[in-house]
Amino acid sequence: MSGALLEVKGLQKYFPVKSGAFGLVSGHVRAVDGVDFHVDAGETLAIVGESGCGKSTVGRLVLRLLEPTAGSVRFEGQDLLGLPESRMRAQRRHMQVIFQDPYASLNPRMTVGAMLGEPLMLHGLAVTDAARRARVGELLELVGLRPEHARRYPHEFSGGQRQRLAIARALAVEPRLIVADEPVSALDVSIQAQVINLMRSLQARFGLAYVFISHDLAVVKHIADRIAVMYLGKIVETATTGELFRNPRHPYTRALLSAVPQPDPTVVRERALLEGDIPSAMNPPPGCRFHTRCPYARETCRIDVPELSDDGAGHATACPWWPDLPPAPPLAEGTGNDQDRMRLARLQAAFVTTQTEAT
Amino acid sequence: MTAAVASTVPTADAREENPWARAWRRLKRRKGAMFGLVVVVLFVLVAILAPLISPYDPIATSFTQVRKPPSWAHWLGTDEVGRDVLARIIWGARASLSAGLVSVGIALGIGVPLGLLAGYAGGWVDAVLSRIVDAMLAIPFLILAIALAAFLGPSLSNAMIAIGVTATPVFIRLTRGQTIAARVEDYVEAARAVGNPHWRIALRHVLPNIVPPLLVQASLAIAGAIIAEAALSFLGLGQQPPAPSWGSMLNSAQRFIAQAPWMAFWPGFAIFFAVLSFNLLGDGLRDALDPRHK
Repeated sequence: MSGALLEVKGLQKYFPVKSGAFGLVSGHVRAVDGVDFHVDAGETLAIVGESGCGKSTVGRLVLRLLEPTAGSVRFEGQDLLGLPESRMRAQRRHMQVIFQDPYASLNPRMTVGAMLGEPLMLHGLAVTDAARRARVGELLELVGLRPEHARRYPHEFSGGQRQRLAIARALAVEPRLIVADEPVSALDVSIQAQVINLMRSLQARFGLAYVFISHDLAVVKHIADRIAVMYLGKIVETATTGELFRNPRHPYTRALLSAVPQPDPTVVRERALLEGDIPSAMNPPPGCRFHTRCPYARETCRIDVPELSDDGAGHATACPWWPDLPPAPPLAEGTGNDQDRMRLARLQAAFVTTQTEAT
Repeated sequence: MTAAVASTVPTADAREENPWARAWRRLKRRKGAMFGLVVVVLFVLVAILAPLISPYDPIATSFTQVRKPPSWAHWLGTDEVGRDVLARIIWGARASLSAGLVSVGIALGIGVPLGLLAGYAGGWVDAVLSRIVDAMLAIPFLILAIALAAFLGPSLSNAMIAIGVTATPVFIRLTRGQTIAARVEDYVEAARAVGNPHWRIALRHVLPNIVPPLLVQASLAIAGAIIAEAALSFLGLGQQPPAPSWGSMLNSAQRFIAQAPWMAFWPGFAIFFAVLSFNLLGDGLRDALDPRHK
């Protein structure tokens, strides 16, 4: 694992909570509480979890857009957290970000050309104006837009086009790692597939590594090589994508998977539904943080903090009891009657057009 | 890196208009704002063209023409030493408008950088600057301007400085608040992720996005500064005689209010009109630039 592009160890972020007239710190929100993972060059690690589990915070900590409370972030063997401001700025050339909301992440008062030219200028990648213009045009074509779009302002583009612009901005400096924080959650479903396919083809072409943060397992299944499941600031399970979908071990992962919408309405599934809400990250439950909602919780779960332990084949689970749990209900096994399924197939066929993706 | 990886997006080029064009279109619909804009432009033209359109020398006295009521020779009458009131109103527009523009320019020049600094840096820098602003805002505007002008000594340029410094805290506070709001926007974080140094984020990414509220505040502050200049000149702390200013004209007129009311009426009317116009323009701008309005 020493050859990993990105290696994160013991990452913590506590946000102080201030209260009262004097702004005294009355507690901490433990947004991220001891997270370890690694990302290899050219691979996609997805971080999934509910809202508020700290997955976006992890993304910002990795890029040092937020300062961690504790832990280490190593990029190509170099500890980012020890870098002074100016060295960190230079380092940003190798690691970029794509945000969730393309309506908020593009400066409304900057033309596309100025926005894409800025990173080139900052990192000395295109010295002359002509070189910069040429590179901006190239970047726009790379994401499926046209070079003449450089003169326009962000408000002249649709949501999907704006996300393409955000991708172009991230690509401008030829990074090795892109942290994508819910990059398609704000887009229409029809546009989501386009953007995901674009991200995949760019990855294949430039050997990019992605940290793909999402709450949408259906999307993650398409793009991720490995998945890390987060709950209340901790990773509860990591595995390769196929393994995680086939053999979810942690009770929380099982609940998440059973909540994935099933496109075939004839399928009848057993759902492992969760009771209650995610507990407050200011005052997380002792022991296993999931015990308050876990259908299999035992007495020791309230006391012992489970470690994320690897089975030797790259599947790690933070639940020591997983071998004792009943087998997870199989996913997407059709059990409905055939007539219904035929009708559905015909209906779906009517909507499928012969699309040629140029990848 | 030449060929496009993905097929070009087939989306139609739905061009929305840019924010400034939209604001202008909405401003045009507001009668009050357009009235204000027209009068402001008129006053500015009068001030610029004063040497060409003024019928008389504004400081030439004539002892045969003392306190004459309006007539064909002197449309707005003459004052206590026989100077033409119209000529003095026209030349006085220069003092009033330049006082408005220069003092607000001073306030913007000091207030916006300090507000950006306080809002962007936060922490103790913000705490110190904000307490100074609070202290200055605790003193009434005119009282502080008068005190400063008296301290600096009576002259038009000192009055401008006094008014400008007095108007500064409002701009610091406004810029600071807007900066704090803009600082947490995704595009500012994106600017950081791309590798921008802090000064560039503040100037290139935050500042252009907070211009609209500053523009509104500036147009309202010009109105306030014109009143303040008139008040200071009325008290003898602004424009020095014999150079004309609407405020000092009012001051000399008060002794003859019964015998020569035109001496008081016209400068008062000019002040009223200029201030009203800037206020109408500012209000209209506020509505036109507010993204929540439709």
